[in-house]
Amino acid sequence: MATAHSRAAARLTMAPAVVLLLGWMLIPLSMTLYFSFQRYNLLMPGDEAWIGFLNYEYFLTDPAFFAALWNTLLLVGGVLVITIAGGTALALLLDQPFWGRGVVRLLVIAPFFVMPTVSALVWKNMFMNPVNGLFASLAKGLGLPPVDFLAQIPLASIIVIVAWQWLPFATLILLTALQSLDSERLEAAEMDGAGPLDRFIHIILPHLARAMTVVTLIQTIFLLSVFAEILVTTNGGPGTATTNITFLVYAQSLLQFDVGGGSAGGIVAVILANLVAIFLMRMIGRNLDI
Amino acid sequence: MARAVSTRRKLVVTVVAWTVGLLIFFPILWTALTSFKTEAEAIASPPSFLAFDWTLANYAEVQSRSDYFRHFLNSVIISVGSTLIGLLVAVPAAWSMAFVPGRRTKDVLMWMLSTKMLPPVGVLIPIYLLFRDAGLLDSRIGLVIVLTLINLPIIVWMLFTYFREIPAEILEAARMDGADFKSEILHVLLPMAVPGIASTLLLNVILAWNEAFWTLNLSASQSAPLTAFIAGYSSPEGLFYAKLSAASTMAVAPILILGWFSQKQLVRGLTFGAVK
Repeated sequence: MATAHSRAAARLTMAPAVVLLLGWMLIPLSMTLYFSFQRYNLLMPGDEAWIGFLNYEYFLTDPAFFAALWNTLLLVGGVLVITIAGGTALALLLDQPFWGRGVVRLLVIAPFFVMPTVSALVWKNMFMNPVNGLFASLAKGLGLPPVDFLAQIPLASIIVIVAWQWLPFATLILLTALQSLDSERLEAAEMDGAGPLDRFIHIILPHLARAMTVVTLIQTIFLLSVFAEILVTTNGGPGTATTNITFLVYAQSLLQFDVGGGSAGGIVAVILANLVAIFLMRMIGRNLDI
Repeated sequence: MARAVSTRRKLVVTVVAWTVGLLIFFPILWTALTSFKTEAEAIASPPSFLAFDWTLANYAEVQSRSDYFRHFLNSVIISVGSTLIGLLVAVPAAWSMAFVPGRRTKDVLMWMLSTKMLPPVGVLIPIYLLFRDAGLLDSRIGLVIVLTLINLPIIVWMLFTYFREIPAEILEAARMDGADFKSEILHVLLPMAVPGIASTLLLNVILAWNEAFWTLNLSASQSAPLTAFIAGYSSPEGLFYAKLSAASTMAVAPILILGWFSQKQLVRGLTFGAVK
């Protein structure tokens, strides 16, 4: 039983973490909110003024915003489809008994630990480069014309790079979920004459549904903020072909020094992320019994 | 499975699984191999896989040309520093949440988690301006502060899920024996919590090592950790495949090895207990 003494101590021990996170969230976020209603450009000091929703109006009616919103959706959606489909297949494969399972597991999860700038540059130069890349060599060997991936299909190329990084995460979580499946149920179904496809659709897939949802939500939170991969491969281009919301806000604020406009974009990004976060929080909260 | 799996089937699965595993791992393997080639061999077509003159020259040159070790040290200081400070703040908080939960504990935990969902661009400008005015741009201290704060929710959550598995009766017993608050933590809780704390430390060092939004935006030449240093290879003038590979291999290898040790904790840490 907790005593009054330990309760007071408990509150005290929580204080530093709470205060730090409160400061981290409230101070900058309210500053962003405030800036978003200001005319404020670092190149024109002294010109600051309250302009109401004008920044939002500019940001939300900018053609670049629609391009960025669309690119963000394609990037998040594309990576999710690849990682969840591929992760399920890989989890089913790694769940089978075979020789060297531990080692293959290590090989499969390795990409997750490669820093984003390294994986983006390795893919960009050593694989996707139209002159010196491995894919170009492969195409030449087959007598095909080389593809300039990041110029011709830039967004698809970035989706592949990011999916490669996140495939291990999906695989690992789906494999963990798969291993908690009662194997007797599968065997019983097999006795009753259910084929592999039947067993997958009616037993395995429903069992994995929860883990898939968790993977989807968590990856979405991180994928909305993909940045380094774009910065070092295409810098958002050609044109706005690979600019996502995160990159657009970065470009507007730190490259064009438009603090007001960038802040409005930042608030829009926060709202978009919150739409996803609410569902994720609800799932995690349901699982947490205190 | 209860019934014996036929050897034939096992053989087929082995071949398929190893092929897929090696394909997924191939970019990392290829980077490591390229780091031992000369620049000419690195872009040779058709490429040679193993039959080339192995050389360590790229490693020496990356160090002598760009002071690689300083950036490596920046990465170590920033990732380990932010994790240790995070633990210092999070251990007491997670302890009280796990053992003395109140009516609002769940709310506090969920709220902490919600700060992790905040997209970094939402606070990029204020942090940039505040850091500029405080002289923290391009400083290791600045990066330690930011990475501590962005990873604090994960640290608290991971510790919380570990601490909750420690039976509370043990603490009760210690209290009966007259242990005070301090010795309760030092002599009873900590020894039992060390495995959980170690896992949390490991995963957070990895996350901080690879963090590439704040490190790219808040650092320049002085404080740049490896994420930002390697980004410098994106300019066409700096394009040397063998040197890029050597720098990348050194940046990835230590954390990959740590990562292999922490694969179980990864699931727990990144799903906030939603999948175990």
